[in-house]
Amino acid sequence: MSQFFTYAVLTATVASALGLAAPFLLAALGETVGQRSGVINLGVDGIMLLSAFTTYFTALKTGNLLFAVLVGMGTGAVMGIVTAFISVTLKAEQGISGIGVYLFGLGFSDLMFIKLVGTPLPINSLNPINIPLLDRIPAVGGMFFKQTILVYVAFLLVPVVTFVLNRTTFGMKVRASGENPAAADSVGVNVARIRWSTVLIGCTLAGLAGAALLLYDGIFQENLTQSEGFIAVALVYFGAWRPTGVMGGSVLYGLTIAVVLEWKSLGIIPLSASDLAATAPAVITILALLTIARRFRQPAALGKPYERGG
Amino acid sequence: MSRFSVAVGEAWKDRRRLLLSWFALPLSLVAALLLGAIMMLALGANPITGYNALIVGAFDGSYALGSTAVRAAPLLLVAVGICVAFRANVFNIGGEGQLAMGGLASSATALALPNLPSIELIPLVLLAGAAGGAAWGAIPGAFKAYFNVNEILSTIMLNLVAVQIMNWLLAGPMVDKTQNSTYGLIPETRLLPRASWLPILIPNTQLHLGVLIAVVVAVGVWVLIYRTSFGFRIQAVGLSRDASRYAGMPVKRTMTLAMTISGAMCGLAGALLVFGSISHRMVTDGSLTGFTGSDGFNGIVVALFGALNPLWTIISAFLFGGLLVGGDALQVATGVPADMVTALEGLVVVFVVSLEYMRRRSRTTSSPSRRSRARPTEPVAPAESLVTADERSDP
Repeated sequence: MSQFFTYAVLTATVASALGLAAPFLLAALGETVGQRSGVINLGVDGIMLLSAFTTYFTALKTGNLLFAVLVGMGTGAVMGIVTAFISVTLKAEQGISGIGVYLFGLGFSDLMFIKLVGTPLPINSLNPINIPLLDRIPAVGGMFFKQTILVYVAFLLVPVVTFVLNRTTFGMKVRASGENPAAADSVGVNVARIRWSTVLIGCTLAGLAGAALLLYDGIFQENLTQSEGFIAVALVYFGAWRPTGVMGGSVLYGLTIAVVLEWKSLGIIPLSASDLAATAPAVITILALLTIARRFRQPAALGKPYERGG
Repeated sequence: MSRFSVAVGEAWKDRRRLLLSWFALPLSLVAALLLGAIMMLALGANPITGYNALIVGAFDGSYALGSTAVRAAPLLLVAVGICVAFRANVFNIGGEGQLAMGGLASSATALALPNLPSIELIPLVLLAGAAGGAAWGAIPGAFKAYFNVNEILSTIMLNLVAVQIMNWLLAGPMVDKTQNSTYGLIPETRLLPRASWLPILIPNTQLHLGVLIAVVVAVGVWVLIYRTSFGFRIQAVGLSRDASRYAGMPVKRTMTLAMTISGAMCGLAGALLVFGSISHRMVTDGSLTGFTGSDGFNGIVVALFGALNPLWTIISAFLFGGLLVGGDALQVATGVPADMVTALEGLVVVFVVSLEYMRRRSRTTSSPSRRSRARPTEPVAPAESLVTADERSDP
């Protein structure tokens, strides 16, 4: 255990925890926006898989990582159009249609991968960007200020989403659509349009999350996400529909994964026991759901399609 | 009580019309297959060759039919389990974890009792599998009923816990220590006792006892849901928790039980996967899908396509079992990966739930006089949504 509590190892663990947390955070922030407007999107995992593949494929063919990330976001946006059409326009049962989107993403991403790439080749990873001055602060600099651009974006989005949701007219309309769509409608809010835009934002962020995950791993494989998208949905509940809470949950997840990986590589815990240690975040999430479901209320219209005069 | 039961019966009929429509189901499959054909064209494959290979691979000849039936058996059990939970308005997407727990519990039982004869061992391992799955289903069921925890999230979290437990057990306490490998032990059990293998029913096919068991269980669950008072309670709770509580039903216990039964079905399916396997061991490649073949999710598609009725689900399971078996033949014939079947399943789900809205809308705009005559007690509001039901907290 002593070799874990060294300056270098601890700094590296926290740094990689933030990198691991970024995909969760991006996807969960997007899902938060959607859920605050009353739409639950369970297809996040499938969307992440699709965009991870398109990001991978673009990076492999062009070598331009920034362009690849944009393609990943674009994939998310396209899936957002599909999701919004199903959930908002067609008013489908959101829990089930999300599973459909997930299965489609799972099957289609692997189909394209096998057909178009075949043998997995690694791609370049994003270079970390050192923030001038801040990166020279002892310990803190190594943990927080030598990350990739996507990690910075993910964490900077937390105050942005908080501000938009709580301090702007758009955010007020979003919350009204999620709490009482009939009342919002009666004062002239176009509930369908608001929900379309939140689903588009959410799915674009899910696409970005898929790209971030792919660039962290540097290679695509079947079912790359391993249910990360579903975890992101759970993190929205974990964070009680607040961006800062969602961030806390994402960091907790990233930290647990990073610590278990580190312990495994240092040989602190035997390989078999590391499987059990890896259940920690899921168990913590379940326990959190137990308490949060009692303390916080979800958006009143969550998962309910809005129909006028209903 | 009698007036209540009439009301529930009426509302139920209405809800069934809402959720499931005979027209929408075949149309969804055809639409998905058409999109699949476009995908094949885009990938430079001939869709006619592809689908022909799929159909031949799945349904042509006794061997193919046997393989399809074997593939369909666990699907059917998972789907039947989903039907039970769905009737209680609980959405079980923890099938993957429950399959794994069922597989582990039944394997452990078989390994612990190597000397029993088949006639005793097979029922025992199947029961153990059901018990393992039931335990893993009871947890989210109770959490939903008593603590108002969204079951979609808790079941997914429990899947993640189950996969790690499976990896740990198969690499540690349950690993086959007799294997001689220079690169470390493969995470798999010993060869399970021969007496526990599910006997082949028709020679020269893979068709084993598990298929028969799955069909019998499906019929049994149909009887349970539609012909017993317990089943009536499940349906009533699924339609309206408030009304059921008002009628004096144990709402929370019924929800927990429905989810427990659902888990038991998945656990039984997990046992079939182990004891009907070719290797007759439980093996892990580190992921849940490696063991389940995604049947926890495939079962959702099968249940939905079977109109959430255990009897129709038998046909639906056979159809989707055929798609999954034929997917491999499709891959051989056209080079289009068998993953296409998973993508098609996703499309079927999306189409089924989307077409549902169109149907609902066309129904509400059709002649009102006929409707009012047919169903005077038709409720004004549509049946409550699955995802939101849990927020209507019980006081």
